[in-house]
Amino acid sequence: MHTNQTAPVAELRGARKRYGRQTALDGIDLALRAGELTALLGPNGAGKTTAVGLLLGLLQADAGVATLFGQSPQELASRRRAGVMLQAAGIPDASKVGELLELTRSYYADPLGMAECASMAGLENLLDRRYGRLSGGQQRRVQFGLAICGRPRVLFLDEPTTGLDIESRQGLWRAIRTLIEQDCAVLLTTHYLEEAEALADRVVVLNQGRVVAAGSVGEIRAHVAQRRIRCISSLTPEQVAAWPEVRHARLEGGRLQIVVDSAESVVRRLLAEDAQLGELEVERAGLAEAFVQLTREAA
Amino acid sequence: MDTGKFPTARLLRCYVLEAKYEFLRLLRTPSFVLPSLLFPAMFYLLFGVVLGARRGGGELQAYLLATYGIFGVMGVALFGFGVTIAIERERGFLTLKRALPMPPGALLFAKLAMAMIFAAIISLTLATLAASLAGVVLEPAQWALLFAINVLGVLPFAAIGLCIGSLVSGQAAPAIVNLIYLPMSFLSGLWMPLSVLPDAIGRFAPVWPSYHLGRIALAVVGRDGAGGVLGHLGVLLAITLGCFLLARRQLAKAEQSGPG
Repeated sequence: MHTNQTAPVAELRGARKRYGRQTALDGIDLALRAGELTALLGPNGAGKTTAVGLLLGLLQADAGVATLFGQSPQELASRRRAGVMLQAAGIPDASKVGELLELTRSYYADPLGMAECASMAGLENLLDRRYGRLSGGQQRRVQFGLAICGRPRVLFLDEPTTGLDIESRQGLWRAIRTLIEQDCAVLLTTHYLEEAEALADRVVVLNQGRVVAAGSVGEIRAHVAQRRIRCISSLTPEQVAAWPEVRHARLEGGRLQIVVDSAESVVRRLLAEDAQLGELEVERAGLAEAFVQLTREAA
Repeated sequence: MDTGKFPTARLLRCYVLEAKYEFLRLLRTPSFVLPSLLFPAMFYLLFGVVLGARRGGGELQAYLLATYGIFGVMGVALFGFGVTIAIERERGFLTLKRALPMPPGALLFAKLAMAMIFAAIISLTLATLAASLAGVVLEPAQWALLFAINVLGVLPFAAIGLCIGSLVSGQAAPAIVNLIYLPMSFLSGLWMPLSVLPDAIGRFAPVWPSYHLGRIALAVVGRDGAGGVLGHLGVLLAITLGCFLLARRQLAKAEQSGPG
């Protein structure tokens, strides 16, 4: 199913983690492979950050194992091959961007050059600036720069594009794609499903500490058989909603929006009943719908 | 490319850079620099030079040189550890540092080096004021010893600061540090000699860590007997170790308590 069957770069096996009485991860398996981006999706509290914490050695699993390059993530040698961008960086305001980069580069055996790193993260004009005086988006770019400066073989990105404008987000996507081409393994957690759709080779959906679905973006979307039909029609939503195979129908911006189990028969009937019908569109439900359905089913 | 080996020189460079940038960062933070560098010098000028001039004799000037040095050292250590650790813990910076391949103890080393550099600056400033304006005369060995006590005196208060930083929130940390720092300085005779304060304060003074460091500094300038120095050192060593271990346990507990 997957092109890459080499040993995983980072792996969770049967990982379980509790905080007091609350179970954050309930025995999950996760494998990151070289040259592959795995998107970890799930609602808040699903256990995404805990999974990242285990793989980085920030947390100890109560049961199961976490490995990074076959060793414990708490080994410095294994983390020297990993880059990381956490949700909260808490970088001190008075530090300068260039200083942060230089310091973080010093932790790695074979880091990127300062200029190369700055250009990949879009920091060329910010090196002399204090971190606290940057915009939210610029700060995220600094954090990304710190994540990639060590030429990582595995990159952990915990909601990297939260708070980024579109241009910065696309710049970051480009940089991530470059790293994947260079055979880096990437774990991405995100709230933006279009981000997973654009970048991910594999998607793992977590809910309440369990893996509820895993596969390619296409495979995850296939969990949802529904199609969405849009058209301009004189038929009312109430009329259409009464048809068999129609889940629901409503008017949105003057267009009829119909969610159906099977598009063909509904389209045929629409055309038959309304000769004036126009602007017909049929699309498969996106990752967003699949995600909502998967996490609802599991709950 | 292979990361099995990491040359020692490169490892040392991590520690040096960490310390350098910690120092520069705090140097750019007025809320840290102004009180910690200016207060000891200002107080010494006021009480040691201006008011002390009327009394003459040079005894008070030498006494206050020793004690304001300790006062300054306490400030940089308590604020440099207590407040920064509390904020960095709360905002997730410590977590990021643990996730990165930072060599073990580099951040602690950096903060210690930073506090010691600030302590050295305070020590030299006070020595300059004392020798030039207050007319304090000491042997070269005494000046050197006083400087060493100021720099090494960072250790017990760094441990206390670390303890505070591991326990309280970033918002509360400055207030709590001030609440400990200022009264403790006064009550242990750092602002003015215990002999001019009420008896009860003098009797209670050995309770405060700053009293013991103060006594060692005073012994150097001849304002206290040298006999008690070992006992004072023992107390300070115990405080340093105890606070350090407590802080380490507390920080480890906080790390495992939830995502963030």
